[in-house]
Amino acid sequence: MPAFSRKWVMALVVLAIVVPLLQPLFPDLVSDYRLFLVSTMIIAAIAVLGLNLLTGFNGQISLGHSAFYAVGAYTAAILMDRLDCPYWLTLPAAAILSFIVGYLFGLPALRLEGHYLALATFALALSVPQILKYKWLEDLTGGVQGIVLSKPEPPFGLPLSEDQWLFYYCLIVMLILYWAAANLLNSRSGRAMMAIRDYHIAADTMGIDTSLYKTVTFGISAAYTGIAGALSASAVAFVAPDSFSFFLSIKFLIGLVVGGVGSLAGSVVGGIFYVLVDNSAQALSTYIKSDLGLQFDLSAYTVFGILLIVLMYLMPTGIVGGVYGMMRRLRRSS
Amino acid sequence: MTPLLEVKGLKAFYGTTQSLYDVNFEIPSGGITTLLGANGAGKTTTLRAICNMVRTEGMIRFDGQEIGRMATEEIVRRRIAHVPEGRGTFTSLTVDENLRIAAYTRRDKAAVKEELARVFDYFPRLKERIQQQAGTLSGGEQQMLAIARALMLKPRLMLLDEPSFGLAPLIVLEIFRILRRINEEEKVSILLVEQNAALALDLASHAYVLETGKVVMSGPSSVVKNDENIRKSYLGY
Amino acid sequence: MQQLLEQLASGLANGAIYACVALALVMIYVSTDHLNFAQGEMAMFSTYISWQLMNWGLNFWVAFVGAILISFVMGVLIERVILRPLHNAPVLSIVVVFIGLLAICNSMAGAIWSYLIKEYPSPFPKSSFGIAGVIGPHQLGVVLVTLVVLTLLFVFFRFTPLGLAMRAAAQNPQMARLVGVRVDWMLALGWGLAAAVGAVAGMMVAHIVYLDPNMMGGILLYAFASALIGGIGNPGGAVVGGFIVGVLENMVAYAGNMIEKTTGVYIIGNGEKLTVALIIVIFVLTLKPAGLFGRVVVKRV
Repeated sequence: MPAFSRKWVMALVVLAIVVPLLQPLFPDLVSDYRLFLVSTMIIAAIAVLGLNLLTGFNGQISLGHSAFYAVGAYTAAILMDRLDCPYWLTLPAAAILSFIVGYLFGLPALRLEGHYLALATFALALSVPQILKYKWLEDLTGGVQGIVLSKPEPPFGLPLSEDQWLFYYCLIVMLILYWAAANLLNSRSGRAMMAIRDYHIAADTMGIDTSLYKTVTFGISAAYTGIAGALSASAVAFVAPDSFSFFLSIKFLIGLVVGGVGSLAGSVVGGIFYVLVDNSAQALSTYIKSDLGLQFDLSAYTVFGILLIVLMYLMPTGIVGGVYGMMRRLRRSS
Repeated sequence: MTPLLEVKGLKAFYGTTQSLYDVNFEIPSGGITTLLGANGAGKTTTLRAICNMVRTEGMIRFDGQEIGRMATEEIVRRRIAHVPEGRGTFTSLTVDENLRIAAYTRRDKAAVKEELARVFDYFPRLKERIQQQAGTLSGGEQQMLAIARALMLKPRLMLLDEPSFGLAPLIVLEIFRILRRINEEEKVSILLVEQNAALALDLASHAYVLETGKVVMSGPSSVVKNDENIRKSYLGY
Repeated sequence: MQQLLEQLASGLANGAIYACVALALVMIYVSTDHLNFAQGEMAMFSTYISWQLMNWGLNFWVAFVGAILISFVMGVLIERVILRPLHNAPVLSIVVVFIGLLAICNSMAGAIWSYLIKEYPSPFPKSSFGIAGVIGPHQLGVVLVTLVVLTLLFVFFRFTPLGLAMRAAAQNPQMARLVGVRVDWMLALGWGLAAAVGAVAGMMVAHIVYLDPNMMGGILLYAFASALIGGIGNPGGAVVGGFIVGVLENMVAYAGNMIEKTTGVYIIGNGEKLTVALIIVIFVLTLKPAGLFGRVVVKRV
């Protein structure tokens, strides 16, 4: 990443901290709903970050990250619902459990490559909603009905609304996770991860324990996405099996591809992007149906699908990579 | 008389590496020509270039028509048969299917049947194994099958890449005898690439010698064969 | 006992459908090494097309053939337009494109025909078809139609020059070019045929599962399991695998039912269908990647 971007990141962080406080001044511009929307964007960014660690930096394709998101969300929901666990304590629990599930799934994944790994994770994603409805788990998961939760309250009697606090909460978690990921990638282990992606056989002969790295990366990646899931359980205050269908994995994939495979900053852009498209498509669809009276359900997935294909042709490095490339070219020509 | 195949200023590239620099040669109609040279001189690449299986520049003219920009399958449909290096067969198809696939482009069923009979006349061994999977044949039989399949295209020009490769001497002699018959009886012109220069020079009437992607000399086989200098420096025997 | 027979019959009917989709997957796999994650959604879309044709007043079988032809053309176009330029792209790009295709098919079907579940007719006469108490009319019809389709395909690939050319192109594209086969078109044709076979499966299963944009998700997973059991890359194996998986699935549900009846403990039932498929997929992929009948082509060096 170029040096100037550090300043930009700091500016963005400061902006992010200040903006919610302006709510009394501009109640329409900075509405609770908008803050909530931004919170979901941050959560999405964390989930995509998790996927990127695995697919982008370690070269293992996953179509099954909705499963780890579900593990995180349900861990949080069950802890809060059953054990009255404070919401912030659910994050480490979700992280640990998702890590274990991801690590375990990473073991058979060691023997699979490319299309086959995609297939195995695809199968995982498809069966998640059914697993969540399994009769024996029903007591815990609430079956088809899911679990209804309450939103996190601001701590220490801070004078913040629920949505304001949710925003800060998500932001803090993301900053920590982003920082951790950046450090991981800059470390010896991070370089080993990427070496495995680029030169698998060479990495093996260089004495890197590829199996260990691959399974642990699977675990870490799952933990990130699991944390996102846990945050979403708090944010939406509700979990149900059918919100963790394969289509959730498609969203992560679009985040990955739009932001750029193997780009940390891109993951954030990708997460923001898919929430934005999802929301505007819904709004547009409602408009078409109620105002224009047309029987046409415009779905965000049409946009996602077209984008997935088009981006593979035009910008295989994702939008962030593409913009960087363009800026570099512009600067060189000027 | 215009040559059957005319190659001028041919360059070929694998990715960004250039492996042919300036190859020029001609093949007369009806004859047998051989391309000789050491390993890596560009013999196989030249054959692949003629069928547009590598990126090329330069002129390749077949029967007066430029074919350099055509797709491989279109070139083949102009009746240039290429017998690739190694065992050029579809290993999971039967002998019968291997032969029929070559006649796939043709509509005249009766002629195809006749041709099949003629091919079996050249290679009676294949007839015995007609329902066998090509992958289960011996090396010599697979080479025969590859040549037989090329014949089924009713070619005007046959490109042969190392037909002797990895085969027992007796089988090689048998195959070369059949090649001569094919050339004479079927009026098929042949461009032969061989490692075994002595053998190739016996069969061919004209020879070109390649070195590092260039033709370094050419002449009638009898001349090349008897020139000790050429033999020592390029052909290594 | 009769219940067991009924389960077996419905397993065969489901198996016939898995066999079709599995065969479609294998057809694309052998010629391009790609796993088509969009196969199920393409079949679903084709089924909607047939529904639309019937809605416009066409007879079932006319709509059936019409939808097959349209699917064939769509398959060819998808290969030529979308996949052709990506021929040497990395695996991730190709997987992403397939998922994109899946998302488009699914959401467009929802947009055009809405997400409301629709009834889909069965073309088989109730009175004269089926054997009472053993196999229902629709189930028998599904098995028969599938067998006809599979036979046609077998004859096509085994005995026609074009079928031979397609097999040659799949086995060794370079060499196929050298005998004048237009390999690119063979791949596109393979895609067309795969889309057509998938369409048959969709139109046969829609009466059972009802028509909706998500109807093929689980079936696709079962088809993958079937193809893997048969050894992906082996068309005959995929068909047998389809029937095995179909019967197995129903037997598992039947066994679960019996256990619940006798012991009162619920272990497994219809609700765990996809989980069973997931287990099969991962089990075969990791432990027996060549499948049950997977064999290495005999080769003498």
